[in-house]
Amino acid sequence: MKITSPDFERKASKALHDPMLQKALSNIEKGFIAKRIKAAAALPEFDDLRDRARDIKNHTLERLDLYLEAFERRVQAAGGEVHWAETPDDARAIIADICKRVGARTVTKGKSMISEEIALNEHLESLGLEPVETDLGEYIVQIRGEYPSHIIAPAVHLTKEQVADDFRRVHGHLDAKRDLTEPTTLLGEARTVLREKFIAADVGITGANFLVAETGSVVLVTNEGNGDLTQTLPKATIVLATPEKVVPTLEDVDTMLRLLARSATGQDLSVYTTFATGAKRPGDPDGPAEFHVVLLDNGRTAMLGTEFQDMLRCIRCGTCINHCPVYHVLGGHAYGWVYPGPMGAVLTPTLVGIDKAGHLPNASSFCGRCEDVCPMRIPLPRMMRAWRNREFERALNPAVTRFGLRAWAFLAARPQIYHKINRIASLVLSGLAAGRGRIRKLPFAGSWTSVRDMPAPEGGTFQELWKERRAASTTESSKAH
Amino acid sequence: MPPVAKRLRVGLFVTCLVDLFRPTVGFAAVKLLEDAGCVVEVPEGQTCCGQPAYNNGDVADAKKLAQNVIATFEGFDRVVVPSGSCAGMIVRHYPTLFEASDPWRRRAEALAAKTHELVSFLTDVLGVETTGAKYSGTVTYHDSCSGLRELGIREQPRKLLKATGAEIVEMKDSDVCCGFGGTFSVKYPEISGTIVDKKAVTIEASGAETLVAGDLGCLVNMAGRLSRRGARTRVRHVAEILAGMADGPAIGETRGGRK
Repeated sequence: MKITSPDFERKASKALHDPMLQKALSNIEKGFIAKRIKAAAALPEFDDLRDRARDIKNHTLERLDLYLEAFERRVQAAGGEVHWAETPDDARAIIADICKRVGARTVTKGKSMISEEIALNEHLESLGLEPVETDLGEYIVQIRGEYPSHIIAPAVHLTKEQVADDFRRVHGHLDAKRDLTEPTTLLGEARTVLREKFIAADVGITGANFLVAETGSVVLVTNEGNGDLTQTLPKATIVLATPEKVVPTLEDVDTMLRLLARSATGQDLSVYTTFATGAKRPGDPDGPAEFHVVLLDNGRTAMLGTEFQDMLRCIRCGTCINHCPVYHVLGGHAYGWVYPGPMGAVLTPTLVGIDKAGHLPNASSFCGRCEDVCPMRIPLPRMMRAWRNREFERALNPAVTRFGLRAWAFLAARPQIYHKINRIASLVLSGLAAGRGRIRKLPFAGSWTSVRDMPAPEGGTFQELWKERRAASTTESSKAH
Repeated sequence: MPPVAKRLRVGLFVTCLVDLFRPTVGFAAVKLLEDAGCVVEVPEGQTCCGQPAYNNGDVADAKKLAQNVIATFEGFDRVVVPSGSCAGMIVRHYPTLFEASDPWRRRAEALAAKTHELVSFLTDVLGVETTGAKYSGTVTYHDSCSGLRELGIREQPRKLLKATGAEIVEMKDSDVCCGFGGTFSVKYPEISGTIVDKKAVTIEASGAETLVAGDLGCLVNMAGRLSRRGARTRVRHVAEILAGMADGPAIGETRGGRK
């Protein structure tokens, strides 16, 4: 996908001044957060499960090659095939070949962020195929020519009124006077339209929530059942996944599933949890004749053994995004690539380069709420800081920032001077306040005061007042003696 | 009170913002600590904990400043900081700045183990139940991020505030960031400004007369937005109320009140 992260500041500003977007975003805070708290509170072992899940993923990542090979053998034994793709180009070529071989025209798709990562829809369209997103949110962003703004709620940046307008525009064959005010009506209409696509599809492509080494199964959770129809109806199923999705056993999947939906949407479980294992066997009434798993690396395994390895534990629940105060005011598109919010701030620089994605790990107040709620206990702020370190090492941040930091640190290492400068700063700020308690506009930091006042200092620094007080009390006590 | 020789010798780490913006908070901290039986010193060699460098990738300078704080404060029985953010820097982050083989690592860990945020030091270490100050009026408490998530400060300030007679009115989402984030508010002032506006709305909606928190950075940010909105809410550091020093002008006000 095309990356617009270097343009973050402009896109962020636009998002902050978009009233429709701000209205749509208010739903995140109202919905997800309270539901997660309730779901977690109802499960006394929730925090223990987080420890277990973290340990399972850490164990797996230490032996990733072994588990992936085991997974491949099991997939083969179940009549499927695993394709190893190092780059997006490789993955696109593998998928295109399969589509071509089965003579595909219509390709249904379950929700897959990796397919966004490799801009799969554009590629399929360029080959004359019709890719159809079947997750409702994905379908909405597809007909708008957009991309998801959230990894589990792709259309969260939109209001239902906007969606109704899009449906009227795209579903021109339906009665123009129909009532589309209720979300359930919109859902029903999408279902009717998509049903025909499910039946027409020659190839179905989905992502995966987990790959099970023990059985060769692909685990997929959805709330709409669209993943099942995408996988079971067409001739060929393609699962597009990345290597870190593998877990050793079904038992491990169980641990992860108990955390996933609770963290994501506050549900105990998603409505559909599907274990797909291999192709249609002789005697099976239905199922795909071909079962392919495309394992795309795209930089993941290069994270092993680095300070970013912990990020590979991520199960894409999106709860860090749901809890991020910066995401709450920006939505996902300002981040400029596939993965928004805290998890994106760590992952995106890994996949596209810190030179392009430098704003992302910087646009965080380090409030730490993301790490607090992460079911896999991923230290997201620590890794954002690690990106800032690398940025500084490579001199990628603005020269004025670097110079400012260096100059300030030089002074801060010299207490006598530092205290004098604080005294001067106190006087200057008091002067600017001109007898009022606050400064309306700061020279050199006008954007800070564009939205808020700068409270004026009380007057005098603590260090100088403390010294005066100490001197006074010494005089007092010497007089007393 | 025990004789001076038996009392805890506490080094007060004032923090840059208290030094520059609000000396009253420093004096309030001294009073609270002395009233609780500590001998308080304010070493002159202190400057900044180094967060601006640490959070912006300048690891070398962060280390240098950490070493200064360690060397300045390691001789005290305890180090107390009227800020969850700067205390969190010393407690949680200093040890990570040095390799395990570096002798500074051990010194950083030793300092981390005896460094505390002011209010939680009073309640959790000294067992203070009440500071003796009296306060009447309604307050709403904002949980600053570092204090809350790095140091587990939540009930302690509320407990001591209640003991003064203050009525606590909880704002919605008191645990959500105010958008300050130190240099974050300088690098992304517009994003920070939108976040603090949301915070100001919840503060005003609480109906409390006074907003209280334990970190001056957050307080300056919130006070700035509240005043720009024309809100009547006053803003103070929690130590001012707990020390009975809330009779002077609030943050962003002058002796004659708000002008």
